[in-house]
Amino acid sequence: MRLSRRLILSATLAAALAPVAFGLPQARADEPNQILNASYDIARELFDAENKQFEPAYKAKTGKEIKVNQSHAGTSKQARSIVEGLEADVVTFNQVTDITFLVDKGFIAKDWQTRLPNASSPWYSFPAFLVREGNPKNVKNWDDLVRDDVKLVFPNPKTSGNARYTYLAAYAFALEKFNGDVAKADAFAKKLLSNVVVFDTGGRGATTSFVEREQGDVLITFEAEVIGVKDAYKDKNFQVVVPEVSLLAEFPVAVVDKVVDKRGSRQIATDYLTYLYSPEGQKIAAEFNNRVVDPKVAEEFKGKFAPVRLVKVEDVFGGWANAQKTHFASGGKLDELFVAQ
Amino acid sequence: MNRVIPGLPLSLGITVLYLSLIVLLPLGALVWQALDVGWDRYLAIMSGARTMAAFRLTLSTAALATVFNCVYGLALAWVLVRYQFPGKRFLDALVDVPFALPTAVAGLALSALFAKNGWFGGPLAGLGIEVAYTPLGIAIAMAFTSIPFVVRTVQPVLEDLAADVEEAAATLGASDLRIFARIIFPAILPAFLTGASLGFARSLGEFGAIIFIAGNLPLKTEVVSLLTFIRIEEYDYPAAAAIAATLLGFAFVLLFLVNMLQLWQQRRIGTGD
Repeated sequence: MRLSRRLILSATLAAALAPVAFGLPQARADEPNQILNASYDIARELFDAENKQFEPAYKAKTGKEIKVNQSHAGTSKQARSIVEGLEADVVTFNQVTDITFLVDKGFIAKDWQTRLPNASSPWYSFPAFLVREGNPKNVKNWDDLVRDDVKLVFPNPKTSGNARYTYLAAYAFALEKFNGDVAKADAFAKKLLSNVVVFDTGGRGATTSFVEREQGDVLITFEAEVIGVKDAYKDKNFQVVVPEVSLLAEFPVAVVDKVVDKRGSRQIATDYLTYLYSPEGQKIAAEFNNRVVDPKVAEEFKGKFAPVRLVKVEDVFGGWANAQKTHFASGGKLDELFVAQ
Repeated sequence: MNRVIPGLPLSLGITVLYLSLIVLLPLGALVWQALDVGWDRYLAIMSGARTMAAFRLTLSTAALATVFNCVYGLALAWVLVRYQFPGKRFLDALVDVPFALPTAVAGLALSALFAKNGWFGGPLAGLGIEVAYTPLGIAIAMAFTSIPFVVRTVQPVLEDLAADVEEAAATLGASDLRIFARIIFPAILPAFLTGASLGFARSLGEFGAIIFIAGNLPLKTEVVSLLTFIRIEEYDYPAAAAIAATLLGFAFVLLFLVNMLQLWQQRRIGTGD
């Protein structure tokens, strides 16, 4: 109790002092000159670009040379690594549950979502579809994905945060379509799962199966990845299909309190995350096909993105903790629907 | 204590310490965690439809891979021992590649080859045989990663086999098949079975090479090692430990058999002491 109160106090203090400290060219001799960002699998290139811009900007402001190191893997794995001793100063994940895990283990303060704007999530995306040249199966929306003639590729919701979004997005669509009839939504989700031809363990694996191995008619993954794949494989003429409704996928970021307190890197870590919200940081995220929260930058990239109506996990499923318990835990709904096939 | 060999207490001490720290301790922790689960929960985990399906699939594909490796591995060892040809050393070195190659790379390469648009997968699909994302693909990945076991255990025994016995049999009028069945095969049988069991044990636990080619559909193409991984991803450590400990049990029984076989072999070829 005492510890957590101290954590909250120091966090609040740091948050209050952050803008002051950032504006002043102070020498911070006792701080380390490297921090580690533990992130999700497909964000490697994005953070590479962010860091390349952050490091000189930081030097210009503070006169201090720092380096942001990167570590990328599935975020559940990253969270476990941190608990087992990986000294990551900040985490930039694609799902709240894996941060919650770190909160439960005492690595991140409970109030982490209030320390940065927009519930600590600088950009967002949502599950969208990639289809083959000319959209031969005429896929427009979620209900096309449960047709018998449509084969799907998305990773296993058990091992991929990305796929958990896909599954919940489809489920949310079904709940809406059938006016909240849970039995019908279950049947819908079950059919969706039975249409999957390969379950890769992560997002990149699913992309490979769809693009290189030519499995399935539709790849479902974050819009950011969908657009990225389409651009990377211009010769294949893939088409992006944005469904009319999808599930908001927030990419939460947090300072790992236990690590920064030990290393004395709280200031740099906080500055780094704050930077992700700056116009420069937001622009890079948008260039990597993420939808960003800064209204000006969002306006600038408006032409790039199709209109979509996004629903929230909080509104449809009562939050991630609830969704985790009902759907993804062992013996939960997903197990039922998988095994009952 | 017999002190004929100098330094035995020291070397034995080091061996036991090393084995305890590197092998026994982690495995002990695993079993400890599995014991924590409790018998009822353990039975519930193991009798779940998904776990059962994963074990059935893993055991059957490992068996298929082992049968293939027995035939092909024996032929490979035979060729390497009995014939001289250009490129033999290269072929010999090639046998170990599956050991050196990261299994994930092997899995990616195999899935690229055997996918419907791959070099092998295309023609095979024309014949109506699907390999990638089916149990057959899993068996191929297992066979690939475990083939060196059969070759490398049979090879030295074949090399040591005295040619005069065969020649004697031939002069007495035995056919080639008879010579193989009555002279050669019995001599290499213990080594052959050892290699096969080691390969089988390795196939049971293989992960990297398989997940890329398996399709990973629950109940259909999900192997035990993947299911263990999935349980860990869910932070469900007890279930992961229970499944892994069961797999460990299978492997342990196999390795115990291997040790028995090796004892048998030593007695047979008379080098046992």
